[in-house]
Amino acid sequence: MNNHDNAKRHIISILIENEAGALSRVAGLFSARGYNIEALTVAATEDPSLSRMTLVSKGTDEIIEQILKQLNKLIDVVKVLDLTQGDHIERELLLVKVRAVGHEQRQEVYRLADVFRGHVIDITENSYTIELTGDGKKLDAFLATLGESQILETVRGGPSGISRGDKAMHT
Amino acid sequence: MVFRFDLERLKVELTGAEIIARFLEDEGVEHIFGYPGGAVLHIYDALYKQDKVKHILVRHEQAATHAADGYARSTGKPGVVLVTSGPGATNAVTGIATAYMDSIPMVVLTGQVPTALIGNDAFQEVDTVGITRPCVKHNFLVKDVNELAVTLKKAFYIATTGRPGPVVVDIPKDVTAARVRYTHPRKVTMRSYNPTVKGHIRQVRKAVGMMLSAKRPVLYTGGGVILDDAAELLTEVAHALDFPVTNTSMGLGGFPATDRQFLGMLGMHGNYEANMAISHCDLLVAIGARFDDRVTGNIAKFAPKAKIIHIDIDPASISKNVKVDVPIVGSVNAVLADMVAEIKAAERGPNTSALGEWWQQIEEWRGVDCLRYDKSAEKIKPQYVLQKVYEVTKGEAFVCSDVGQHQMWAAQFYKFDKPRRWINSGGLGTMGFGLPAAMGVQFAHPDATVVCVAGDGGIQMNIQELATCLQYGLPIKVICLNNSYLGMVRQWQEFFYEERYSHSYMESLPDFVKLAEAYGHVGIKVEKPEDVDAAVERAFAMKDRLVFMNIITDATENVYPMVPAGAGLDEMILI
Repeated sequence: MNNHDNAKRHIISILIENEAGALSRVAGLFSARGYNIEALTVAATEDPSLSRMTLVSKGTDEIIEQILKQLNKLIDVVKVLDLTQGDHIERELLLVKVRAVGHEQRQEVYRLADVFRGHVIDITENSYTIELTGDGKKLDAFLATLGESQILETVRGGPSGISRGDKAMHT
Repeated sequence: MVFRFDLERLKVELTGAEIIARFLEDEGVEHIFGYPGGAVLHIYDALYKQDKVKHILVRHEQAATHAADGYARSTGKPGVVLVTSGPGATNAVTGIATAYMDSIPMVVLTGQVPTALIGNDAFQEVDTVGITRPCVKHNFLVKDVNELAVTLKKAFYIATTGRPGPVVVDIPKDVTAARVRYTHPRKVTMRSYNPTVKGHIRQVRKAVGMMLSAKRPVLYTGGGVILDDAAELLTEVAHALDFPVTNTSMGLGGFPATDRQFLGMLGMHGNYEANMAISHCDLLVAIGARFDDRVTGNIAKFAPKAKIIHIDIDPASISKNVKVDVPIVGSVNAVLADMVAEIKAAERGPNTSALGEWWQQIEEWRGVDCLRYDKSAEKIKPQYVLQKVYEVTKGEAFVCSDVGQHQMWAAQFYKFDKPRRWINSGGLGTMGFGLPAAMGVQFAHPDATVVCVAGDGGIQMNIQELATCLQYGLPIKVICLNNSYLGMVRQWQEFFYEERYSHSYMESLPDFVKLAEAYGHVGIKVEKPEDVDAAVERAFAMKDRLVFMNIITDATENVYPMVPAGAGLDEMILI
């Protein structure tokens, strides 16, 4: 069986005790067991004693099952949820600094940002910095539309995910 | 009713070091194994001022962890280790990893440089929490003395519950000097850690149904049965159903080896009848075992005709290597107890006529006598030595093994009827484990016969512990099967590398008899087959002395049967 044939993208939410080293426990687990991490975001929740991570990985059903089990096995992990198993929403933040020189180009960039529901958040004589949120594909599309020649710098936050409906990922 | 309420204890502020000593006492810890150093001087001073917790001074931190490990394996109680920062901690890592691979409950206290110096590359500073993270069940860095007692409690709780394992608590020196009031935290709860104990009853029923219908069943049991003290229940289930039982190396003693239903160990050096039974069974019941690669051989050829039931406390062990049909997450003890009840309540018994045929087949395989060896040889056969040790100790000894050929021979030839008597590094395969582990066992069982089986390679990896044995008067019997080779390496080189014996020959071995004597012990050298009986008897008759038996064995002897890497269990090399 070729492991890569049936590999699917999964987006996994993790509630973990907000303690020093929490991130390295998760990251260490993935490197030690040879699992793949495509993206990882982490921040404290409304309860400051808990952190929430959103992790994107690729793997066969068997590998994803092991990933979920191994994550659950970490002592500091309170809850693990594979968002991909239900309806969910993903959003990612993109900040992009683009060349914007001369009236025509500045207008064009501004218009494009508007079409994608982005905001210009910093302006200089030669550049705009645009903030955009959306799922990964939308961000990709925006960057493709801008074209490489215009882009000075990009930074993406990695996806954050949440399930649809009124059920919450409580402790 | 008398309330023992010690007001003085509540009122007085203690230093972190005193809290550690007091906590260990309150937790019922009798022995800790360790080695002092700068970062733990306060703790050693606190230990000096009390007499409840006995500290055992080893000669190398690796030995402290193995001794605590042997103590834990032979008692079920957590082993406790105390080492200093930096090299103290890094030397302990091999022993921590050994315990981690075999799920042994252990708490390792490591000193750390003062909190203000952490990250400054201070003298004897290493990132102990970072280094040990991949080989512990959990670890802590205690930065505040107020957190010390509760962290220690968590460490013991985590180490001993669920699937057990080592927990490291890294304690900076200033925390051991700071003062705070101390009360013993009797209980600790953690929202993120609640291991499942009880198995799902519907799954148990489904499993029992399959067991009662099975025509060619095998019980394949591992270290989980030992760790959970479930040997009696396992024996009850096996006897009630008349099922054959095979053990992993970690599981030996979980079912009486002298029982008619015992097939011996399975796996790479497993018995022919055990491996053939696995290859032909229609139902495999895995109990507290984890389908390790040394057990399964080629995974695609493992139990190809069988439905598989898997009982394990660790959900991550289930369907990790082999897809199972009926997973049961729970403690082996709880699940087997439910199984016994279900079997008794069932309206039908096992399929006796099919089992009769199955047993007939198994007896035929047993007839191959896969452990036979040439008893008329000119040179001493290691197998014979172990048979003799078994006979002289009446099967009652604790046998602590090092790693290599001798380990497999001990597993094959010493018949363990009771759990916790066979102490070996199964998962990590740590050479140098045997002697320090035997020390831990002897501390836990001062009157028992404790044997260390080792080779001439591994014994030199912690030979310095002979000094510890003298200091504490540990009458361990060291059986050094000396073939002047790293025997298992030699065997692989003979089979798979066209006899190119690359660096597996031990030149310039020390005179082990003189070495034992230099350490204050008795040394015996045995070179002829006809001298083995008397020498072994003489050694074991010296009840209060450590006896080092340097037994010169046949260097060409190999461990059989052997499943070559990549082969199925039924593709064994037989003698």
